[in-house]
Amino acid sequence: MIENIKAFLGDFFVTGDPMIYGADVSIALASIAIVVTLTYFKKWRWLWDEWLTTVDHKKIGIMYIIAALLMLFRGGVDAILMRTQLALPNMNFLDADHYNQIFTTHGTIMIIFVAMPFIFGLMNIAVPLQIGARDVAYPYLNALSFWLFFFGAMLFNLSFVIGGSPDAGWTAYAPYAGPELNPSSVGQNYYYIGVQISGIGSLMTGINFLVTIAKMRAPGMTLFKMPMFTWSILITSLIIIFAFPTFTVTLALGLFDHLLGTHFFTIGGGGSPMLWANLFWFWGHPEVYIVLLPVFGIFSEVIATFAHKTLFGYATMVCSMVAISILSFLTWLHHFFTMGNTAPVNAFFSLSTMLIAIPTGVKIFNWLFTLNKGRIEFTTPMLWALAFIPNFTIGGVTGVMLAMAPADYQYHNSMFLIAHFHSTLIAGTVFGVFCGLHYWWPKMFGYLLNEKLGKWSFWVFMISFNVCFMPMYFLGLMGMTRRMYTYPAGLGWGPVNFIITIGAFGMGVGFVIMAWNIVWSAIKGKRDTTGDPWGGRTLEWSIPSPAPEYNFAHIPKVTTRDAFAAMKEDKKRGREQKPKPFEPIHMPNNSGIPFIMSALFFVAGFGFVFKWYWMGIPGLIGVAICMIARSFVYDDHHHIPTDEIERTERATGRLS
Amino acid sequence: MKKSFKIKLLGALALLLFALTGCSNVAVLNPQGPVARDQYHLIVWSLIMMSLILAVVLIIFIYVLVRFGRKNSKAHDPNDTGNLKLEMVWILIPVLICIALAVPTIKVLWGLENPPEAAAKAPDSLSGKTLTIDVTSVQWKWLFRYPEQNIETVNYVVIPEGVPVKFRLHAYDAMNAFWVPELGGQQYTMTDMPMQLWLQADKAGRYEGRSSNFSGRGFAHMNFQVLAKNSGDFDHWVSNIKENKPTLTMDKYKELLKPSTVEPTEFSSYPKEIEKNLNKAQMEQQEKGEPVEQRHWMDNHHHGDKEENHEEMDHGDMDMSGHENGHDGEEGGHDQ
Repeated sequence: MIENIKAFLGDFFVTGDPMIYGADVSIALASIAIVVTLTYFKKWRWLWDEWLTTVDHKKIGIMYIIAALLMLFRGGVDAILMRTQLALPNMNFLDADHYNQIFTTHGTIMIIFVAMPFIFGLMNIAVPLQIGARDVAYPYLNALSFWLFFFGAMLFNLSFVIGGSPDAGWTAYAPYAGPELNPSSVGQNYYYIGVQISGIGSLMTGINFLVTIAKMRAPGMTLFKMPMFTWSILITSLIIIFAFPTFTVTLALGLFDHLLGTHFFTIGGGGSPMLWANLFWFWGHPEVYIVLLPVFGIFSEVIATFAHKTLFGYATMVCSMVAISILSFLTWLHHFFTMGNTAPVNAFFSLSTMLIAIPTGVKIFNWLFTLNKGRIEFTTPMLWALAFIPNFTIGGVTGVMLAMAPADYQYHNSMFLIAHFHSTLIAGTVFGVFCGLHYWWPKMFGYLLNEKLGKWSFWVFMISFNVCFMPMYFLGLMGMTRRMYTYPAGLGWGPVNFIITIGAFGMGVGFVIMAWNIVWSAIKGKRDTTGDPWGGRTLEWSIPSPAPEYNFAHIPKVTTRDAFAAMKEDKKRGREQKPKPFEPIHMPNNSGIPFIMSALFFVAGFGFVFKWYWMGIPGLIGVAICMIARSFVYDDHHHIPTDEIERTERATGRLS
Repeated sequence: MKKSFKIKLLGALALLLFALTGCSNVAVLNPQGPVARDQYHLIVWSLIMMSLILAVVLIIFIYVLVRFGRKNSKAHDPNDTGNLKLEMVWILIPVLICIALAVPTIKVLWGLENPPEAAAKAPDSLSGKTLTIDVTSVQWKWLFRYPEQNIETVNYVVIPEGVPVKFRLHAYDAMNAFWVPELGGQQYTMTDMPMQLWLQADKAGRYEGRSSNFSGRGFAHMNFQVLAKNSGDFDHWVSNIKENKPTLTMDKYKELLKPSTVEPTEFSSYPKEIEKNLNKAQMEQQEKGEPVEQRHWMDNHHHGDKEENHEEMDHGDMDMSGHENGHDGEEGGHDQ
């Protein structure tokens, strides 16, 4: 009996590695610390009322960003571990199994649990404010999206200490990821289920923001008067809606292969491993633009704001995003040019991929010409936006090189490819979300992040990024492939790898400075009393910082692009509208169901990971009960009375 | 601001020079055969075009930062909303660049379907002017089978210099990719679709090859050497193997199919059975005595190589096919 229990626990918990034990201990300690702190300060009630049940888009956005920053830390530690192992030839810091798990979790976490939620967080905060709305179209659904993402991410992270992480790469190519070559299934199930739960949330976010932007814009804000960030989110939402269902199905089929013994992607039984690659990238390539288009929007806002100029070529900017979104569905095959396609097929996808460079290039030049004739102010968000231009261009032009199929035969799966997509995803997405974080931080919290620390973190991170990824292009051309846990001496790879590792640690330092900046500014940061610390041009800057619960005491009327800039102009000319009396504001009620339902998803998912149907099926039944319960909630809204609005507005100095 | 970009530019230029001088460490930029050379020319051409674009972007970028940085921004014009004519310029020029890149891309793409032009006389031990080698990736090793010479090597392969070699690529279990950067770009090996890759070495020498698609624990050690020899040496090597090396028995072959890393080795002959290129699932079916399933639709794939493509082939005639995936001569095995 005891032997059995011992054997079970030995399999259940990941054992035998001191680093894992360290992680176990720190997870336990952190959990205890959180519980003790909340109990000591009697904050459980507050946590539940203010955060866990909230449907306020601003709070949900903040939770997205906190979770994304935590996941960024985890993914970053993965990266540092990998780079330490590769710093020198024949290192013994990590063994092959551990390394394989780490590159898998690094990729999955960075894409699914950092890039996406960070962007979702920023768009949750900014989009309703930019279009003059009081919340998103479906606030309850929004909370559900967040908690599904959160519990999906937690489930995936649990694999590290319980059961073992997946090791087939974030792309999880069959048949290696399939049951024939990966018979234990547990790690791979974590991947399918964790990503699936979070993916359902992503799909709902796409629907939510499409409807929000389509239906909830302030009067007068026609589509072509929307801020560019809102435009980018509109287009991103459409990509999400078209791309994510494919991924949902793909993950489900992969999971069925493991759980039910189906043969979708297996070697035997009529399965097709190539089908996985096709389906995965049919989602995966649009996914790249899901995490890129929103940052294009952020850069458009920030560059226009700090160049103190309106965006150059607004219509062209919109058209190029539309073009990118369409082309993004026509290029997936370039991820496997080397998988035996005929020449005409490869030629088609080479061309479609090159074509994407045209609208992207147009955007780069339009940003450059927004700076032209501007009055450039080098704030921290602006530095991130400016650094994006040259660094992303490097990633872009190497992308064109990769698009040329016969040349890709030499780059594919090599470090050249790795350097390319980090150049685009870091210089694009990461610079972009950092930029947005600094830019909208005062709107979220009411104080500014420290500029000096912000600039330090920018320079350290940006320079280290180049130290890390520029040499990596050459490493690829030297023949080093991705996902090698070690390499022999004598190939000339050692020194290059060593430089790359230095860069990786430098990026870590940059991140730590940023984290320190957040802590420091929370204590000593400069208050934003005006609500418009940057001289903004869009509506989110017209309201106090942090934004009140109802956002806009009066729904603004929009007549032009850069609506707030125009309002300020009017005010200067004394054409300000007289304030109208307040009216009660209709707001959605908080609900605990999204949290509970997602937690039940987590329970069900955990059960299915271990094929414990006694746990999985009741979990899903619980989910169904939550849905039914919700359909009986009739009292789902309340009104904020006018005196409360008046009190809030007076407190922010908006009423005299 | 400016300083750091200058440093970056200098750094990039230095690296570019270092690369283009053809340092022998940089395998892709040191082509040793016609296939790699075609790809190298394409890479250099794209590098020139892309450097041009990058240079233009950097020049404008530095110009606007210097000129419109806060202190000297007298030309501030907040109402500069766009200029369609200018925008047409940066739509049309990229289109031209894309065309300039697409034309050679397509030319090389079609060229790679055919064998490169032989640069030397084929060795006597080859029956034709080209050599065919069947490559099978197994977790975590490479098996090379010479169907014409009836020999087999593991984790190294010998080819004659100046002669086109057709590598027919299979996978027994996980997907891998067969890559010899100095000789040419890679192709995947897959269980459900045989592929082929033409390579040729200009001159005798040793070229590093490796798998470039992750396949598990031993993946990092999944490298192999390609030894190119002149025709006399090649013939000598073949006859030496045939005379002095052990035969590959079915048992030994099955041993090789288990996940492991092994040292390079060679065999003087192999059982005809293995020319069926059964994958892991098919092998397990056969062991259990079940009919081995076979897929026609996979065999429809061709690379301008029609004679390989005999769908209506007599199933009993296995010796000649050597390529069909999983014929086993049984009627029952014919279902899809």
